Amino acid sequence: MHLPSPGRLAFGGLVSAAFALMLAPVAMVMVISIFAQEIVSFPPSGFTLEWYINAWQRQEFARGFLSSLQIATLATLIGVPLGTAAAFALVRAKPRGGSAMQTLLLGPLAVPGVVAGTALYMFYLRAEFWLDQDITSTLQGLVAAHVLLTIPWTVRLVTASLQGLDRAAEEAAANLGARPFTVFRRVTLPAMRPGIIAACLFSFIQSFENLELSLLLVGPGRTTLPVAMLNYLEFRMDPTLAAVATVQIILVAVLMLITDRFVSIARTV
Amino acid sequence: MGSLVLEALSKRYGQSTAVERVDLDVPQGEMVALLGPSGCGKTTTLRMVAGFVPPSAGRVLIGGTDVTRTPPHARNTGMVFQSYALFPHMTVADNVAFGLEMRRVNRAEREKRVREALQLVRLDKLEDRLPRQLSGGQQQRVALARALVVNPAVFLLDEPLSNLDAKLRGEVRMEIRSLQQRLGLTTLIVTHDQEEALTMADRLVVMERGRVRQVGTAEDLYESPADPFVAGFVGRCNLIEGELETPGGFRTATGALLPCIFGPRTPAGRVVMALRPEHVQIAPAEDGPARLQAVTYLGAQTEYHLDFNGTPLLAIRQTPAAEDPLRRLSNGDAVAVSWNPAAARLLPAAQPDGKGA
Repeated sequence: MHLPSPGRLAFGGLVSAAFALMLAPVAMVMVISIFAQEIVSFPPSGFTLEWYINAWQRQEFARGFLSSLQIATLATLIGVPLGTAAAFALVRAKPRGGSAMQTLLLGPLAVPGVVAGTALYMFYLRAEFWLDQDITSTLQGLVAAHVLLTIPWTVRLVTASLQGLDRAAEEAAANLGARPFTVFRRVTLPAMRPGIIAACLFSFIQSFENLELSLLLVGPGRTTLPVAMLNYLEFRMDPTLAAVATVQIILVAVLMLITDRFVSIARTV
Repeated sequence: MGSLVLEALSKRYGQSTAVERVDLDVPQGEMVALLGPSGCGKTTTLRMVAGFVPPSAGRVLIGGTDVTRTPPHARNTGMVFQSYALFPHMTVADNVAFGLEMRRVNRAEREKRVREALQLVRLDKLEDRLPRQLSGGQQQRVALARALVVNPAVFLLDEPLSNLDAKLRGEVRMEIRSLQQRLGLTTLIVTHDQEEALTMADRLVVMERGRVRQVGTAEDLYESPADPFVAGFVGRCNLIEGELETPGGFRTATGALLPCIFGPRTPAGRVVMALRPEHVQIAPAEDGPARLQAVTYLGAQTEYHLDFNGTPLLAIRQTPAAEDPLRRLSNGDAVAVSWNPAAARLLPAAQPDGKGA
């Protein structure tokens, strides 16, 4: 066995430092969630699961969790098919101004959430006036806003997976006797599948974790989990929040792991 | 199984013509190569036969049936793509079974035929692999098996060897040819590699800028090319521009008078003299009219690049023995040049841009 070169050692150190920097807050939250004392301080006076029990017993977190789940699911179910269709059209039909359209579809990624949220809020108020119908603080309004979050990810991921497909494979299928729809089902769709699955995952997470966009659009009794957490923070500062965050982190991690069993996330994204 | 007939097949894209009135008759069991430089329309022609490109005019007949308006999936052609185009998410066996599945062949029969097809291309051990786990040569053989397993009426090959390394190319060439002959497949192969075409096909179709220049066997094209383009594209050839002088011979553009034989079919006026380099004899001579510019030793053969009164001339001789005076020639030496006048073919110079090799 021989020692790694100084260059390799430095590189390894840098990578470890980067990971440590990224994961430190996450680890911190998880650790704090089991500290016994109410005001976070070192060293801990003891460990407890009291905060998890507290979080579970507080209605706003349970309800927020459920409504976040509902909104993220709906936004994903609506946004991913829309984004997939858009990606398919962009790659295959190559419409005039396609690259401008693509930039537009990726736009929500570039606009700060608070700005988009405010803009949507003002737009909704105006629309309510014209349509004489509630939009802000309705489920529909919130889902529509979250669909906006899902589209850029979907367009990006599905476009990439489509571009990776050799068109000749579709011709080969037709040559072997497959009708156009069969070609799509047996060759094109499987090629898009990793992109679509990854898009579902990212869309769901984007929506589930979103705070800024939802902030102005949630209504009484329909608070999402991140908003509920922020509200709680305004009045209290105890590890209950860390417990909620830990549950959230674990949920996302589990989703990632499940998805990774079907498609390699590192290769698709 | 069936014959393939193309009738005045044309494809135009707006103003530009990709394929112009191609006529071709491929009887059952024959292998025909479409040969030409890139952009000559050979691939477009093949794709019109497969049904991927709708012709602007003309007809395609497979087994006597007009399939010009038939969609690709109903044509019963078996195509091997340049990129192989395997289905990346399916195993080797599933790739090969796809065409049978589309033809609603039952499972037992399907498995039997897939096994046979894979044995045919010697891949029966790898049926559970995915395409990305195979080498280029293996992928190529899967593509062959996939196209052959459905017993296509016409077998289509689009530059099938261009992604293989030189050594493998030679092997696969023999393999495809022997498969084709054993199974009696009516085959159309597209290639830009004349060696590939000469060694594999029964007949060759030389195309240039959308038009067929000449159709014939390898010997036909090599020994009696119809025009300077064919002469230059099939094998190597000295193409010397000039004019006929009667009586006398052929006057090159640079003014030299060269021996040649006039025949009843000799074109008049501006002509190109086509002279295969192996027909050019050379000998060291103090007062010879040509100068040696470069000698390329190729083992069995040696190439002599000459300057003949301003006309470049290539001679290919068997590499001379050690005591042969030719062996002592070096660059700049004067050389005498001769050839049998019957070996020099006079071709019409109608194509000013029909450059030779």
